[in-house]
Amino acid sequence: MKIIVLMKQVANKDAILRVSSDEKWIDESNISHQTNESDGYALEESLRLKEANGEGEVVVCTLGAQSAKTVLKDALARGADRAIHVVVNEPNKLSPYQIAKTIADAIRDENADLIFTGLQSDDASYGQTGVILAELLGIPNATIVIDLDRESLGDSLRLKRELESGWYQWFTYKLPALLTIQSGISQIRYASLKGIMAAKKKEIRDVMPEFDNYASAQKIEKVYLPLKTKQTQMLGGGDVKKGAVELVEKLKTEVRVL
Amino acid sequence: MSILVFIEHKNCVLNKASLEAVVAAQSIGKDLGLKVSAVIPCSQDCALVQEISQYDLEKVFVAKNEKLNIYTPDAYADAWEHIIKQTNPNYVVMAHTYQVRDFAPKVAARFGKELVGDCIRYTNNGGKLTLTRRIFLGKLEADVTIEGAAPYFVTFQAGAFRGDNAEKGSSQIETIEVEVKDLRMTPEEPFQEAKASVDLSKSNIIVAVGRGIKSQENIAVAQQLADALGADLAASRPICDAEWLPIDRQIGSSGQTVAPKVYIALGISGAIQHIVGMKNAGTIVAINKDAEAPIFDIADYGIVGDLFEAVPTMIEEIKKAKG
Repeated sequence: MKIIVLMKQVANKDAILRVSSDEKWIDESNISHQTNESDGYALEESLRLKEANGEGEVVVCTLGAQSAKTVLKDALARGADRAIHVVVNEPNKLSPYQIAKTIADAIRDENADLIFTGLQSDDASYGQTGVILAELLGIPNATIVIDLDRESLGDSLRLKRELESGWYQWFTYKLPALLTIQSGISQIRYASLKGIMAAKKKEIRDVMPEFDNYASAQKIEKVYLPLKTKQTQMLGGGDVKKGAVELVEKLKTEVRVL
Repeated sequence: MSILVFIEHKNCVLNKASLEAVVAAQSIGKDLGLKVSAVIPCSQDCALVQEISQYDLEKVFVAKNEKLNIYTPDAYADAWEHIIKQTNPNYVVMAHTYQVRDFAPKVAARFGKELVGDCIRYTNNGGKLTLTRRIFLGKLEADVTIEGAAPYFVTFQAGAFRGDNAEKGSSQIETIEVEVKDLRMTPEEPFQEAKASVDLSKSNIIVAVGRGIKSQENIAVAQQLADALGADLAASRPICDAEWLPIDRQIGSSGQTVAPKVYIALGISGAIQHIVGMKNAGTIVAINKDAEAPIFDIADYGIVGDLFEAVPTMIEEIKKAKG
């Protein structure tokens, strides 16, 4: 059994973002990066499925600049078997269909039984790369997966999808299939020292993609700080305790809940 | 020249987000001079069809096939492919629900297209739409245009339009028998995990905690504030995922939707998935270390700083105020 896990490098959750000078993206210099949160859960779930199955291979794949190798190395240290790096210097310039098409071309010949991704990226948040990729590879997709029935793994896999407002639903999918994984599906393991050492011997294959012209791309014209819909009264002016006193005063006199 | 809008339902009960999509489609239709028709995939004599036909729409298409009885991405994608090929719309408009996220990119891909997803508004630039969506977990907004030929696929975030603004009128009902190929997945019945034992939708005041609370032990700090205010305690998703609070305390798209008189967000950054569950609160208070956290964009009152400094002072002051 072969599982491909798609992972993306994104800006760190706590990074202070500045709009780039052309106003089409953020200024990526001098910001720290991390693995996209839900992609980490996708990797964990693939490792658990392989362990439960007793055999198999977990191949981790990213599309991104050379700096995205950190994501792959980290995944290899956690237990992935090998890695594919689709090298694209400015991935933010690609639209979701182009990203899916480029990844499809890079992994098609792997003939994976399962492909896992996070449910969406925390930067562009398109939330559709996985679904388009499944369609391009001619395999079914399940999104926002929150549990796997690992015992059921065979020619098919039983999985639990999250619906809205606390509803859930189980589906049985014929394999091969592509699953997008929800954050919080399981506890993510740390890389062990042994894992980190072993990762150094694992293969990372670079793929240099060619791009077809894609006429239907969505194009980011301008990036900016959100337009405020509300006037926010900022309290305390940097003095938190003073802010707290002012806040309670407001709750009493303006909001009138005390 | 037309717009198709998707009507989502479970056993012929409308998903209200679809009415917001109808409003979006009607508004775009007016701006661009396009007629709007609705699409309802259903296998039976859908009770919803009459209800939807009371809106100002050109047509209500009922996509019929027995495989549309219970939702699957394969059946819905096949039905939509059939309808789009038959009607040649310029735009396909949907609400950005979990179900739409599951099948809409697949439909778009069959036409060599992608979605402009989760939009919060649009502007009309001389007959072409500029769509605005949030990126970087809501910290930034992006204006987006679509190139190439129609159809264009657009989804709107919950709350981007008001469903009760849907214009009434009358529309013609047309049934289309759609082809659905073999399904590659077998659905079971949807179910509710644990019936929410706490109904936060009736709370007057809510104190909600996010990642900024840092540990399970610190939940007590928020609980004390809630007690002082006579408020209910709630949380964002990561807190419930970590099981620091039970899932029936979760606010957001995967949890409860609330509109209390006051909502106090402690250490909650304000990811879109959380905001959709609480943005209709009367007064929103945000306390967060990160001055750029998106929660401040929707807050009425904000304090930038350590919640562990602010909360004890608040409790003291509340006790004084209550005498």
